[in-house]
Amino acid sequence: MKALSQKRRHPLAVVALLVMGLLLTGLLYAVATSANKAKADTGFSASDVSEGQKLFVANCATCHGMGAQGSASGPSLVGVGAAAVDFQVGTGRMPMQMQGPQAQRKPEQFNEDQTRQLAAYVASLGAGPSLPDQAMLDGQGDATHGGELFRVNCAMCHNAAAAGGALTRGKFAPSLAGVSAQHIYEAMETGPQNMPVFSDANISPEGKRDIITYLQTIEKQGSPGGADLGGLGPVSEGLFMWVAGLGIIIAFTIWLTSRTS
Amino acid sequence: MSDTTTAYQAPTKVGRIAEYVDQRTGLSTVTREFGRKVFPDHWSFMFGEVALYSFIILLLSGTFLTFFFNPSMAETTYDGAYIPMRGMDMSVAYQSSLHISFEVRGGLFMRQLHHWAALLFVAAMSVHMLRVFFTGAFRKPREMNWVIGGVLLIMGMAAGFTGYSLPDDLLSGNGLRIIDGVIMAIPVIGTWISMFLFGGEFPGDAIIGRLYVLHILLIPAMILGLVALHLIFVVVHKHTQYPGPGRNDRNVVGYPLGPVYAAKAGGFFFIVFGVLAAIAAAFTINPIWNYGPYDPSPVSAGTQPDWYIGWVDGALRLMPGVLGDINGYRQHFEFVLFGQTLSLNILLPALVPAGIVFTVLFIYPWVERWITKDDREHHVLDRPRNAPTRTAIGMAGFTFYCVMWAAASSDLIATHFHVSLNDVTYWLRALFFVGPIIAFVVTKRIALGLQRKDREIALHGRETGRIVRLPHGEFIEVHAPLDEYKRYRLVAFDSPGVLPAQPNGKGVVDRKERRRAKLSKWYFEDRVAPVSVAELEAAHGHGHHEAIEAAPTSAGH
Repeated sequence: MKALSQKRRHPLAVVALLVMGLLLTGLLYAVATSANKAKADTGFSASDVSEGQKLFVANCATCHGMGAQGSASGPSLVGVGAAAVDFQVGTGRMPMQMQGPQAQRKPEQFNEDQTRQLAAYVASLGAGPSLPDQAMLDGQGDATHGGELFRVNCAMCHNAAAAGGALTRGKFAPSLAGVSAQHIYEAMETGPQNMPVFSDANISPEGKRDIITYLQTIEKQGSPGGADLGGLGPVSEGLFMWVAGLGIIIAFTIWLTSRTS
Repeated sequence: MSDTTTAYQAPTKVGRIAEYVDQRTGLSTVTREFGRKVFPDHWSFMFGEVALYSFIILLLSGTFLTFFFNPSMAETTYDGAYIPMRGMDMSVAYQSSLHISFEVRGGLFMRQLHHWAALLFVAAMSVHMLRVFFTGAFRKPREMNWVIGGVLLIMGMAAGFTGYSLPDDLLSGNGLRIIDGVIMAIPVIGTWISMFLFGGEFPGDAIIGRLYVLHILLIPAMILGLVALHLIFVVVHKHTQYPGPGRNDRNVVGYPLGPVYAAKAGGFFFIVFGVLAAIAAAFTINPIWNYGPYDPSPVSAGTQPDWYIGWVDGALRLMPGVLGDINGYRQHFEFVLFGQTLSLNILLPALVPAGIVFTVLFIYPWVERWITKDDREHHVLDRPRNAPTRTAIGMAGFTFYCVMWAAASSDLIATHFHVSLNDVTYWLRALFFVGPIIAFVVTKRIALGLQRKDREIALHGRETGRIVRLPHGEFIEVHAPLDEYKRYRLVAFDSPGVLPAQPNGKGVVDRKERRRAKLSKWYFEDRVAPVSVAELEAAHGHGHHEAIEAAPTSAGH
């Protein structure tokens, strides 16, 4: 300790302190955020990664760059994790059909194995959200809590009945009907297109499981009151009454008055 | 009854009962009077009836709902049949709405019937008003009844809105929040009114109960009273009729109420009931279980009012919040004057368009009467084309309404037509101002064009598409003459012309009169005069057509 106290007025002491402080902050930050960050995926084999790299170079590198470092037309994929790849490629959004306000859903271009290989490659580039734990996707959570979370966090864009809604300048929140549990989970975790990220600190994995449970419950139960007219709310109801309801009534009025006059 | 005449003795038991009742109520006189009342027959005359029947269905289904609905805003925990809501904290009002939907036998059907009937009620009233406006049925002596109809429309909207707010779900709460915002935007007294209405800070725990009383007592009672008055006036004024041979302002050509219309109207009630019941059974309306209990924090995408409030919501959506950057500062439509906030960004769209629409609607009959100086009674309707300026004004107003109406669903237009939400708003903002003008000009031209076509047909008959070559080489198209009944419709109508400024009693043309004359010019300057007798004779007198018409058919045989 004596040696240290003697050197404390050394010109480089400030620099040393600064370095120590920065290291400590960085370390603490890394520890604090690792609770939220998925570790680098371990479930992938080396051949998955190398096959994935080939697929990536052939199909994705045009926009995302040869090393997935990004370019003017596509973002860097270092650290986006396997979950982002599985969502984007698994729902057909990537490779993108065309540039636009947001990537549109279309039939998937890659099969499950290829998607997995691509995910393995991207996951190998840096730690990011991994594929979700299957236990969180079973739809056995608390539907009531999920419904509450959904209305508070999701319904403003996706609509209370998950029928989708508009965002600014051509962007939109898609309907969630028919979207798999895994893709819903990954979307919350990675925030694709214009969606915000709902990290595990924001909505816990159990909360995500509840949301998935709620969505599966309302999808399975169908519409208790008959055809739901798209679940879009009063606009489709009003349109239906003006077109179909009033149309039928007018047909009857014409029939009623046609016998005479 | 004097003793000398023997009282009528009915031979059958039913007859004796009828006689007994009649002697005490005098119903036969009433029946004789009403039963012989003649009504003209046309499908477009039946929308008022549709509105009335929807209202009766509303009363019936609404009564059923009151048996089970509890308008309390007390908090409770749901433990009913709907699984995805179990254990949720909610108001008793919302819980009882869910109870009606999932546990009361036939409850969901009744709720849906009530809501669908409400949509039809206001829709039928609106179409009825459009019919009355475009055919000129609001003219003397029916101006007052037109105003009653307008008040009924507002009452219908009020009934609908208060009902929409009752289930205390997220959608109804969002609607109330918007209304609260509009109320608070009223200068000086707004905040006070809001606090008074909600019994404190929004949402409070009083509003549902208060709206409930308005919804089931005050508003329906007022509607009922106004409907009664409206119908009395229909009987007093007699029904209007479309122009036709033998129809004039002193008669009504049609069928008597009893038995023809009593049967038709009775049957029509069940048709309306049946159509609504079929819709209610097969199509969901207001799935409150999707929206969840009201909570001031979330607002769901696709949050819209029912269609009849949509235009006001649309006006709010169209209003820009900022004027733009002026002098390097962002200028808002919100000002602070004498310590009071003046939120023009809410006040203008919420009150001005609705104010314009209803003011014009209410005063229009008197405006037209003043311009035309027409003090005659009108029982024969105008065909819309024969009043081009009125029809154009009506279409301009309708377009104004529809632009705002469309704006209320701007988000759904954006998602379903794959366009940008911002572009939809920009276009509708432009159309808000330009749309009515375009509609006015286009409609007036179409009406004048149709009048010219009518004139042509009246004078020269209908085009047959048969081209005939005359011996000297000329080609002509053969026109078939119109039968007299059809021609009557094309030639016999009122066509007021420009009425120049008239001096008043003192022989002076005052400023007001000059203004009237200017408006009269604007109204009737572009005019296609109906075919005169002389023109008709001239067109048919030269015998040209008849000769040609005979020639080719005889040659063909």
